[in-house]
Amino acid sequence: MSIVLETRNIDKSFYQPEKTKILKGVNMQIDKGSFVSVVGKSGCGKSTLLYILSTMDTDYEGGLYLENDLLTGKTGIELAAVRNEKIGFVFQFHYLLNEFSALKNVMLPALKQGKLSHKEVEQKAYEVLKSLDMGDFAMQNAAKLSGGQKQRVAIARALINDPLIIMGDEPTGNLDKKNSQMVFEIFKDLAQVKKQTILVVTHDPEFAQASDRIIEMADGQIVI
Amino acid sequence: MNFLLNVNIAVALLKSRKKQTIIAAVGVMFSITMFITLLGFMNGLNAMLDSLILNRTPHIRLYNELKPAGKQPIEISLNSNHTMHVIQSVKPSSKSLNIRNYQSVLSSVLADERVLGTSPKLSVQVIYNVGPTDMAGVVNGVDLQKEMDLFFFKDYVPEGNPIWAEQIPNSIILGKVAAEKMMAKVGDMITVSGPTGEQLSMKVVGFFQSGIQDFDKVQSYTSLETAQKLMGKNSQYITDLQIKLKDLQAAPQMAKEYAMKYDVDAIDLQTANSQFETGTKIRSIISYAVGITLLIVAGFGIYNILNMMIYEKMDTIAILKATGFSGPDVRMIFLFIAMFIGLSGALLGLVFGFALSSLVDLVPFNVPALPTVTSLPVDYNPKFYIIGAIFGTITSYFAGYFPSRKASQIDPVQIIRGK
Repeated sequence: MSIVLETRNIDKSFYQPEKTKILKGVNMQIDKGSFVSVVGKSGCGKSTLLYILSTMDTDYEGGLYLENDLLTGKTGIELAAVRNEKIGFVFQFHYLLNEFSALKNVMLPALKQGKLSHKEVEQKAYEVLKSLDMGDFAMQNAAKLSGGQKQRVAIARALINDPLIIMGDEPTGNLDKKNSQMVFEIFKDLAQVKKQTILVVTHDPEFAQASDRIIEMADGQIVI
Repeated sequence: MNFLLNVNIAVALLKSRKKQTIIAAVGVMFSITMFITLLGFMNGLNAMLDSLILNRTPHIRLYNELKPAGKQPIEISLNSNHTMHVIQSVKPSSKSLNIRNYQSVLSSVLADERVLGTSPKLSVQVIYNVGPTDMAGVVNGVDLQKEMDLFFFKDYVPEGNPIWAEQIPNSIILGKVAAEKMMAKVGDMITVSGPTGEQLSMKVVGFFQSGIQDFDKVQSYTSLETAQKLMGKNSQYITDLQIKLKDLQAAPQMAKEYAMKYDVDAIDLQTANSQFETGTKIRSIISYAVGITLLIVAGFGIYNILNMMIYEKMDTIAILKATGFSGPDVRMIFLFIAMFIGLSGALLGLVFGFALSSLVDLVPFNVPALPTVTSLPVDYNPKFYIIGAIFGTITSYFAGYFPSRKASQIDPVQIIRGK
């Protein structure tokens, strides 16, 4: 199995209010097609690690590799392109643009990538929404959707560019039981049927149990 | 593609804040409107006040002045460092005031490419004989056709036709105030004595009114021939050659050049009316200063709405960055918003500025000195519209620059983790 994501000795410190080392020499590898959960107590550094992996946080020491390509030290513009093409995000909060329809929200990253024509992007976005049972709501304004629907649109947005890896930061954290279950099913389906590489930070033990691999963190280090 | 997408997002953000967008654009519109109107009016006023002087004043006047010789003979003969001389009570030498060799000077000046036209003049000191009393005056013999072509003479003759002075022998266009004193009407005969004592009966064919009382009391106009007759001189006798140039700014330089070349006195308009440019300049500076201040205030309006929008749309910026929009993309989006507000405001401002200028132009305004002016003067020079548009663009660019730079530097991690 090939390795999609790898970290080598990642250290990170916060300097406010005083210097605290939050990550201490994190080494990990994520295999292609695996569904990985990162668990741990609050403050153990799991979210911090995720944002470093997502390339949005560049203030760390060590090396980050995506498909054996060193991402550490690349410029903001290069990293933006990497995020656009290769990484999909699902956050605790949906972060949809209220000014746009559900469909347009899904289309944005693909339009930004610019590989497909507007028509093709529209087609593809609709397909993705349909696969998440959101086809009927494609033209709805994002602000008018329910919480669960919003999160499904956010997942569709993460999927639109066929990313190498999907990262989730507590993707069910803001949802009720029923909707959590549904999002959970979507992730499971993506991992098992579509062989999508997934990395999720979660508090939810049930969610973690369903994944292929659980990484447990404590005090800025990987325990298991 | 990328650009269009960014514009697309910018438009969506603008739509979500319609009211503020409109208010900010109206701010820009108002400032450009006032800028255009103010400059148009100020410059119209400047042009009007300038024309008070410019219309009737030659750019360069060639003439001979009575003055002492520049070098006294003794200076030439005792040209040594070891001698000195004292001459007391130097007096001007007597010389004829006419321009010598007038015909060749005239053809030489007319051959100069920088010259628009010339008009000869002969000023004669006269005495109007009004019944038992006499009144001093000056009769200017001019080529009336040229005077009308170059110096708008017709505008200053409210009654009668200037060309009659050319056609009717021994006729005069009498200063308005002098005419009132003599109780002379058009068609009346008056008696005028020239400097040589020659008396002439002249027919009044019109009135001259410059609006300046002292001037209209003394100055009258007639044809060159009649003036030469009053003077008792031949047809070559001309005291002034008035020159109008294509470019007024060249006058001081050319006046010096002509004085040397033709051995005459030459005075340019700038030297003769040194206060003339000062007022114009100061009025221009004031109107530009007020206009640009208005624009800067409008710029702060754009700056405010953009800053507000960025605070409100932190989430949007964060997610755009998370999904692959780079800092420059985000900056382009917000800069576009600023430019959209600025340019739409500027465009409306140009239209409303023109409309308001036209309204100002309708306000009745009468100046005795400028009979052709009937309403407030407005200058529709496209220059002001271009400057307004350029300044509007620059102001909105800078008003957008700093907020959009801030937006591009927003760290998505802080926003997303903050939730």
